[in-house]
Amino acid sequence: MDSNVKHLLRGIVGDAYFKDDAQSLVTHSYDGTPMLQSLPDGVIYPRNTAEVSAIMKVLHEHRIPLVSRGSGTNLCGGTVPVHGGVVMVMHRMNAIVEVDTQNLTATVQPGIITKQFIEHIEGLGLFYPPDPSSMAISTIGGNIAECSGGLRGLKYGTTKDYVLGLECVLADGQILRTGGKLMKDVAGYDLTKLLIGSEGTLAVITEATLKLIPPPKAKKTMLAMYTDIYGAARTVSSIIENRIIPATLEIMDNPTIRVVDDFAKLGLPLDMAAILLIEQDGEPEMVERDIAKISGICREEQAARISIAETPEEALKLLTARRSAFTALARLRPTTILEDATVPRSKIAEMVLEINRIAEKHNVQICTFGHAGDGNLHPTATTDARDLEEVHRVEAAFEDIFEAAIRLGGTITGEHGVGMVKAPYLEWKVGGPGIQVMEAIKEAFDPHNLLNPGKMFAKESRRRVVIERG
Amino acid sequence: MRCGFCLPACPTFKETGVEAESPRGRISLMKAAVDGLMEPNVMFEEQMNHCLGCRACEPACPADVKYGQLIEQAREAVELHTTQHRWWVKGVRKAVFKQLFPHQHRMRLLGAAMNVYKKSGVQTLIRKTNAVGMFSSQLASMERILPDASGKGIVEIMGTRVAAKGEKHGTVGMFRGCLMDVMFTETNRKTVELLSEAGFDVVIPEAQNCCGALHAHSGEKEQAKELAKHNIRAFQEAGVDFIVSNAGGCGAILVEYDHLLHEEPEWHDQAIWFAKRVKDISTILAEKGRPLQYAALPQDQGTARVTYQDSCHLRNVMKGGQAPRQLLQQAAGGAYVEMKDAGSCCGSAGIYNMTQPEMSNQILEHKMENVNAAGVRYVVTSNPGCHLQMKLGIEKHGCSGQMEALHIADFLYDRLVR
Repeated sequence: MDSNVKHLLRGIVGDAYFKDDAQSLVTHSYDGTPMLQSLPDGVIYPRNTAEVSAIMKVLHEHRIPLVSRGSGTNLCGGTVPVHGGVVMVMHRMNAIVEVDTQNLTATVQPGIITKQFIEHIEGLGLFYPPDPSSMAISTIGGNIAECSGGLRGLKYGTTKDYVLGLECVLADGQILRTGGKLMKDVAGYDLTKLLIGSEGTLAVITEATLKLIPPPKAKKTMLAMYTDIYGAARTVSSIIENRIIPATLEIMDNPTIRVVDDFAKLGLPLDMAAILLIEQDGEPEMVERDIAKISGICREEQAARISIAETPEEALKLLTARRSAFTALARLRPTTILEDATVPRSKIAEMVLEINRIAEKHNVQICTFGHAGDGNLHPTATTDARDLEEVHRVEAAFEDIFEAAIRLGGTITGEHGVGMVKAPYLEWKVGGPGIQVMEAIKEAFDPHNLLNPGKMFAKESRRRVVIERG
Repeated sequence: MRCGFCLPACPTFKETGVEAESPRGRISLMKAAVDGLMEPNVMFEEQMNHCLGCRACEPACPADVKYGQLIEQAREAVELHTTQHRWWVKGVRKAVFKQLFPHQHRMRLLGAAMNVYKKSGVQTLIRKTNAVGMFSSQLASMERILPDASGKGIVEIMGTRVAAKGEKHGTVGMFRGCLMDVMFTETNRKTVELLSEAGFDVVIPEAQNCCGALHAHSGEKEQAKELAKHNIRAFQEAGVDFIVSNAGGCGAILVEYDHLLHEEPEWHDQAIWFAKRVKDISTILAEKGRPLQYAALPQDQGTARVTYQDSCHLRNVMKGGQAPRQLLQQAAGGAYVEMKDAGSCCGSAGIYNMTQPEMSNQILEHKMENVNAAGVRYVVTSNPGCHLQMKLGIEKHGCSGQMEALHIADFLYDRLVR
């Protein structure tokens, strides 16, 4: 990047907010994804939409790539600047612009930390359900770009169900507004939904209008413990089949229980093969009734023990501990690689068995936990990046896991996005025509491939492996 | 693992929002320097020194990354290779780390000199002429909150043994510290009295020395190790059940002597013997010995409220954040209020408030917002650095009349019913 461009960028944001020293480049060369790193040429911190627009105009004119990012917690390599260029950090654009208590909407800038936003909203007696496990540090903008899920996805849906409108800056610097405070709006293609989960490849999100809902009146949290992981997985399908939709329905296998307890010191049952963490919320009578019914189902599926959290604090501790599961698994081995293969909810038990079979076949250690209630599992390999041979085995195992998920009617990613990591597998899920349409959309938004290049679309798709059955 | 869960726990990240100012960022810089991806240049040194070392990132880390060990290694490497320190900085560091802290009698001389300074009228003169302010405004502010230092340490006042009152519950060794001993001699005396009241025979080995925390945190690891060995010997000879510290900063390195000496197998057993006996004064009073009775707090116009500012090292390294709260609730009853963000660093961080005054003051300002919002009469602390820093904050906000910073041993001792 030549000094003229740097000069222009400094002119827009001021000297303090464009950096190209080694320290800034190194600290924006990675995100939450293991084993990926690539240095950008500069890092920029805009203050408002006008600055973002001006920056994009400069970059567009000089054909310089841009990666926009929040806190870099994503797990698909979505914010690693593989083609260099400029990393745009949205932290300074962190205002809650408005909370409209008549329309029940909030308008925010993308850099606000999700948890801070949720606490603010809850302080006003309102509820914003999307709750990615990284919410203590992830930003709303990042959540929208990746369409983050979380522990409440089963009953309440994910980020895409709560974004009503967006303001964003296109690759050439033009400002686009989509949607608004409207609950109904069919004027043309739904560009809002298209931008959610577009992983920074179509536009830079600069403002979002979010839907809020009234909070549930009551909440109850329980643990069901199993000596057999298949029983736990079967319980998940059985609860849904019995027409109960819990707010949260999470599964953790034994190694995950151990590391989570080591971190959170909750006294979890270390002798169990798996536990289910179940939460129901809503009207008090309904919560009581559902929890009683769920307990019955757990017993039918041979739960060894059932316990109900006695205080809200205890319940919160359990949920917080579960949120740390992925990171805590790093206690086992130096490198932790997590995937988020997702299947229809009725296939959870089958998928759990498949994962165990595949782990054994490739001789890798895979721990399983995840949002079982919405079919979103996180098979997590604990390995050592320095052992190349083992890493290859892990990659082969994940390839089999994606294959199995698709075979069971599922998908290659439920909430983490495609980024760099899943790009070779995207075609497995969306097919040739799917890729063609998506590439045409990318072309329409970003003809010079400046926005987050190298993500979502791989140079070539992985050849589909035929699994031998039997 | 680079999940970023440490970011919200980090005070410098909270202040700046810049990735390089976070534990994840600093570790990535260390790794980049090791991998040869970047030069460990002056900016790298500055970033490593910008870390407060509060270690709030460690309990926040589900992956159990030992950040404290990483930053100490990085600072040691910086110290060995730095070209940044000018000759006089090197001189001052040598004087403080090698010639002053490790020598208790020199520390006491310093205490005596400070005492003379305060009482002889020199202080008044210096303040009137603003002689210190000409050098640095930070020094001038610090000068205003100098405690009543003493040329006599705790041993000179109480001797090396104080017997338990009533039934005996055990023998404890008192770690008197170097700064604590000359700048807060009264706090040390009250700590010993509290222990004796709780039923402990208190031994204060004369041979003990500085804990080495400042050395280890500043990259002078070899010196820290020598001090550790010296202390282990002194307390082993004293034959104690527990070793009690009343300074979170000292306590944190004392409980990690086993790690400090992990490369020296011949010290392995002794270091573990020592480390597992170390307890903070609050922890030992809350968990062992005879429970003490405290008089109710006088309710002067409803302002006699008490809050607690955590010592980062007591909370994050010694895992002793609960005991002080438990004791304060016993001693102050309903007058105890938890302030917002009590667990986040006050910006004192050893000598950080001298070496990084800008960031330190910024953090202190935010801390004072929370202190003021709590509306309290007493801010109780567990470490001399935090104690002075809170005094500084109170002085800067012009609240000296209405608000007081106190060490927990002073607060508890003054309410003791004997």
